Amino acid sequence: MSTGYNFAYLDEQTKRMLRRAILKAVAIPGYQVPFGSREMPLPYGWGTGGIQVTAAVIGADDRLKVIDQGADDTTNAVSIRRFFARTAGVATTEKTREATVIQTRHRIPETPLSEGQIMVYQVPIPEPLRWLEPRETETRKMHALADYGAMHVKLYEDIARFGHIATTYDYPVLVGGRYLMRPSPIPKFDNPKMDNSPALQLFGAGREKRIYAVPPYTSVKSLDFEDHPFEVQRWDQACALCGSTESFLDEVVTDDQGGRMYVCSDSDYCGERRQEQGQ
Amino acid sequence: MNDHPLLRVNGLTHMYGARVGCRDVSFELWPGEVIGIVGESGSGKSTLLSCLSTRQRPTAGVVEYDTTDQGLVDVYGLSEPRQRMLMRTDWGIVHQNPRDGLRMGVSAGANVGERLMAVGARHYGRIREQAGTWLDKVEIDPTRMDDQPATFSGGMLQRLQIARNLVTHPRLVFMDEPTGGLDVSVQARLLDLLRRLVTDLGLSAIVVTHDLAVARLLAHRLMVMKDGQVVEHGLTDQVLDDPHHPYTQLLVSSVLQP
Repeated sequence: MSTGYNFAYLDEQTKRMLRRAILKAVAIPGYQVPFGSREMPLPYGWGTGGIQVTAAVIGADDRLKVIDQGADDTTNAVSIRRFFARTAGVATTEKTREATVIQTRHRIPETPLSEGQIMVYQVPIPEPLRWLEPRETETRKMHALADYGAMHVKLYEDIARFGHIATTYDYPVLVGGRYLMRPSPIPKFDNPKMDNSPALQLFGAGREKRIYAVPPYTSVKSLDFEDHPFEVQRWDQACALCGSTESFLDEVVTDDQGGRMYVCSDSDYCGERRQEQGQ
Repeated sequence: MNDHPLLRVNGLTHMYGARVGCRDVSFELWPGEVIGIVGESGSGKSTLLSCLSTRQRPTAGVVEYDTTDQGLVDVYGLSEPRQRMLMRTDWGIVHQNPRDGLRMGVSAGANVGERLMAVGARHYGRIREQAGTWLDKVEIDPTRMDDQPATFSGGMLQRLQIARNLVTHPRLVFMDEPTGGLDVSVQARLLDLLRRLVTDLGLSAIVVTHDLAVARLLAHRLMVMKDGQVVEHGLTDQVLDDPHHPYTQLLVSSVLQP
């Protein structure tokens, strides 16, 4: 641990402000709470929102896992993990089961989450209605009045153009039957995992200065049409490494001759399965 | 059958600071009736229309609307969700520039279906079917349903806007210069269409226009505005053929006779 930093980089007053925003967000599931986002030592778009939320909730006895696109070993994941190891001296892990705080970009781990765990999502654009309505005053009013019918226009447009709902990530959800929420750019494959999850889910958007949350055991419903129900992606292949047919697969190009393989995007899940098979 | 009007306006005044938008306008609109508001640019026609359709809170005066469940109510006394609901179920607003009233980024079908989705329709097949029916009613080829509005001509855009408004079967439609910016033959067809729709559906409408020919074709009654005030009103034929107020006489005589 480096000296010269306050615990988890941010000063105590800032963390207090963040915790207030988080408490409010938990109290109103899916509602976007504004907060005073700080400059962080990494660029916007790399997880400044997530890192601030993590800094506010992490304690000395927490164990942190950071994933980027499901993997623990990519640049963003490694540097954020190291950031907290240095500034807070917390233990880190790559195992989903062992982690108490999981900061994530673009995925929810395949291993089911449990009570007491906190998921922290990095969010680029928190406003689900932005695509339809550029005015912030108007989108706030739409949230206040639960005036969400227009959101289906986007889904309608998908079906009209592609024959099915072609939105595959950042798929809009209704939280607790009340607030429309963007689940951050996770694949819609992960949307069902948010529904009634035993873990606390926190969302931080650093550039847009918004925090929102899904408390444990809250309903999270993906929007759909009666005759075009919500569906997740399916693959014809199994994971080339661990043989899983249930996980989210990444397509990896292996050579210039068109060779490619499908592997689990969740590196911890895949590794664990391979270890079990090896024994 | 109906013993009270659909819309009752009393002493409606809107001031832009010290300037007058419209002053002391009172009238009643009965079900199935079309009222035309004519006058030159800047006479307060559009301000009046905005005040009537809850888009601009008037400085003074009362606008009462006959809601299906509560009877005549002050529209500005309604809660905002109710106002919005009214706007997208009972009312329609046809803007002068169709681009203001349409969502230009999504297909024609989605534009027509939006109101249905906004009031809770969640069945794609049925939304699409209704959108198709309405496109047909406004003489847009239903095969163009999935095309972007940007590929439509001006006349088609205006008709698309009308379909988008009528899909929820409104009882009252506000039209701001519905034929503005269209060439005469397209105007004539649009007027024909509007007239047919108004009769077929028993719509009530308030049409703002500076074109007296449009007023004569569409409106049952006419209000002539000047400097924010209604200077003359009466049956359309009466006002146009026997104008009393000097300004109306001027207006009628300034129409070119081909």
